[in-house]
Amino acid sequence: MLDIEDLHVEVEGKEILRGINLYIEKGKIYAIMGPNGTGKSTLAYTIAGHHRYKVNKGRILFKGKDITNLSPTERARLGIFLAFQYPIEIPGVTVASFLRTILNIKENISLVKFNKLLKEKMSLLEIEEGFAKRYLNDGFSGGEKKKCEILQMALIEPEVVILDEIDSGLDVDALKVVSNGIKRVFNSNMSIIIITHYSRILNYIEPDFVYVMMNGKFVASGKKDLVNAIEERGYEWLEEVNSNV
Amino acid sequence: MSDKIISEYKYGFKDPEEYIFRSKKGLSRETIEEISWIKMEPEWMKRFRLKAYEIFISKPMPSWGPDLSELDFNDIYYYIKPVDKKGASWEDLPTYIRNTFEKLGVPEAERKYLAGISAQYESESVYNNLKKRWENQGVIFVDTDTAVREYPELVKQYIGTVVPPQDNKFSALNSAVWSGGSFIYVPKNVHVDIPLQAYFRINAQNAGQFERTLIIAEEGSYLHYIEGCTAPIYSTSSLHSAVVEIIVKRGARVRYTTIQNWSSNVYNLVTKRAFAYEDSIVEWVDGNLGSKVSMKYPSVYMYGKGARAELLSVAFAGKGQHQDVGGKVLHLAPYTSSNIISKSISKDGGRSSYRGLVYIDSLAEGSRASVRCDALIFDEYSRSDTYPTMKIRNNNVLLSHEASVSKITEEQLFYLTSRGLTNLEANAMLVRGFIEPIAKEFPLEYAVELNRLIKIQLEETIG
Ligand SMILES: Nc1ncnc2c1ncn2[C@@H]1O[C@H](COP(=O)(O)OP(=O)(O)O)[C@@H](O)[C@H]1O
Ligand SMILES: [Mg+2]
Repeated sequence: MLDIEDLHVEVEGKEILRGINLYIEKGKIYAIMGPNGTGKSTLAYTIAGHHRYKVNKGRILFKGKDITNLSPTERARLGIFLAFQYPIEIPGVTVASFLRTILNIKENISLVKFNKLLKEKMSLLEIEEGFAKRYLNDGFSGGEKKKCEILQMALIEPEVVILDEIDSGLDVDALKVVSNGIKRVFNSNMSIIIITHYSRILNYIEPDFVYVMMNGKFVASGKKDLVNAIEERGYEWLEEVNSNV
Repeated sequence: MSDKIISEYKYGFKDPEEYIFRSKKGLSRETIEEISWIKMEPEWMKRFRLKAYEIFISKPMPSWGPDLSELDFNDIYYYIKPVDKKGASWEDLPTYIRNTFEKLGVPEAERKYLAGISAQYESESVYNNLKKRWENQGVIFVDTDTAVREYPELVKQYIGTVVPPQDNKFSALNSAVWSGGSFIYVPKNVHVDIPLQAYFRINAQNAGQFERTLIIAEEGSYLHYIEGCTAPIYSTSSLHSAVVEIIVKRGARVRYTTIQNWSSNVYNLVTKRAFAYEDSIVEWVDGNLGSKVSMKYPSVYMYGKGARAELLSVAFAGKGQHQDVGGKVLHLAPYTSSNIISKSISKDGGRSSYRGLVYIDSLAEGSRASVRCDALIFDEYSRSDTYPTMKIRNNNVLLSHEASVSKITEEQLFYLTSRGLTNLEANAMLVRGFIEPIAKEFPLEYAVELNRLIKIQLEETIG
């Protein structure tokens, strides 16, 4: 589905990613863990095509096609979706009209159908009705912003979903709702990459593969065991192990 | 009424653009007499014009505001009569005029959601219709020339009382050469609950359009009037200089909505003013997208206790455009209130200015005024200024003033494009969000039109 080959990325003249290799299969869930500032968001932005993240080496393939130089619009239209760590405020544009616009890009459905679909997805995420009339992310709490990202994902059902710290800023109840929502939307045509600092969310959504990123490189990979090890011991031991190599 | 003007009339029938009559380029006493003669006006109106012409000559150009140095008063046709007789139906009009208005969606709007419509082409109203239901209630909606003939007493009583010719150079010019415009009279307690619309079209090169609109809303009445305007693009300048006078009596409410989309060679210099009496409401809702230079400061003089004024405007200044717009509210009686919200967008070297006055008289005890100006600037070549003036002569009032300047951020664009919007769509959505507080005050069809026009403006450079 998504194939990342030896990716080197620089931001503002500084090399952040230093040779990332990752193969994302259809219908699987991946976790990328790592301490703050190691380049997880950089990877997410690079996959989504942010122009400030410059690929110096390597490439990104989507279904075998090189998308390294495509615009964010083109990537989104291919089916790549990034749930932002810090969603952006868009004053004056209601959640409903925004969602209708982005869904229309994918398929044109009637307003009646759209309203029904929206209602369904909102109740899935336990979002109250008035939410759709509010301006997108404008004055939202941290939790509301995150729910709104998942609401978008639930509506457009992308093929590759990157969730950048979707768990941060959520209390236990909200985390449960969001995790359940993600699981319900997930299907065998979708791949999910969960980027997180903590193992918390991975207790609700079990990943098929786990990668640990440090200083712009993957330093470990594994399965649920790796998550448990990090939960118990933090990231320092990996740093030591890695520096000895 | 009986005094008809007798003067010689040079039948200038040589234009290729199929006009019945076009005055010589430039302005003189003779031109004004000729206009009055063709219109077969009563003597009092001819005198009104000629006096205004003297004032026009004696007044200097405004010493402030946008650059008008390229505006050449001698290079303008002041009067163009497109058809012999106005149409009783759209079918009566020459095909090219009918097609123009069809293309602009005017007859369709009339059928679908208007109480009445007037269409002006060059200097004359070519079509005017008010639905029977309103006519039966005594509402008058005709072009102002017809009003001079059919309701001379009403016109005489009110014309030039709200905006006198000596108000400014352009109100004097309009008073001298005015033609067309709407005359509306709403009787006491009559609510025209669906809008009336006028559409103004300039077609000819170097044309001047000087419509004169006069609205009288009797006590307890309601009216929503909408005007739209367009012109083809020419490399030479055209001039649109209207005067709008509104009298809103006790407990009445008038909303005046404009979507101004003149082509980028039009100087749009208009004077719009309303007198608001006790407990009345005046709302100016203004979308300024087109023109080369616009100077427009819709005003409300609150003469009556408890009167209210709302001024909501959006201005878009693209390449080569200067939108110098704003408004004036004069609190002249106790417990009056006003609310000004101005949103401007500047792009590709465009310049927008907010110029406003809040005057609170010593008599205006317990009044409130609020002003909010938000500017959105696209690039470093574009510019936005605010010139707010506050003159407060009473201490027992509530005042607020807020201003903001913002930019579309890279992060906003990335967020939206990462959802599949194109760069253009993302920009348009952000601008739409920016003007939303004003756009939602337009009737739905016009809000859609406003957003569509903004997208077209953005398309020219973002694509
Ligand atoms: N837009 C940016 N401009 C400058 N530096 C950046 C930018 N984005 C990320 N960085 C830098 O790249 C490094 C990795 O950041 P990030 O990818 O956000 O890490 P993580 O998501 O793992 O916490 C940090 O040192 C950060 O300061
Ligand atoms: Mg991050």
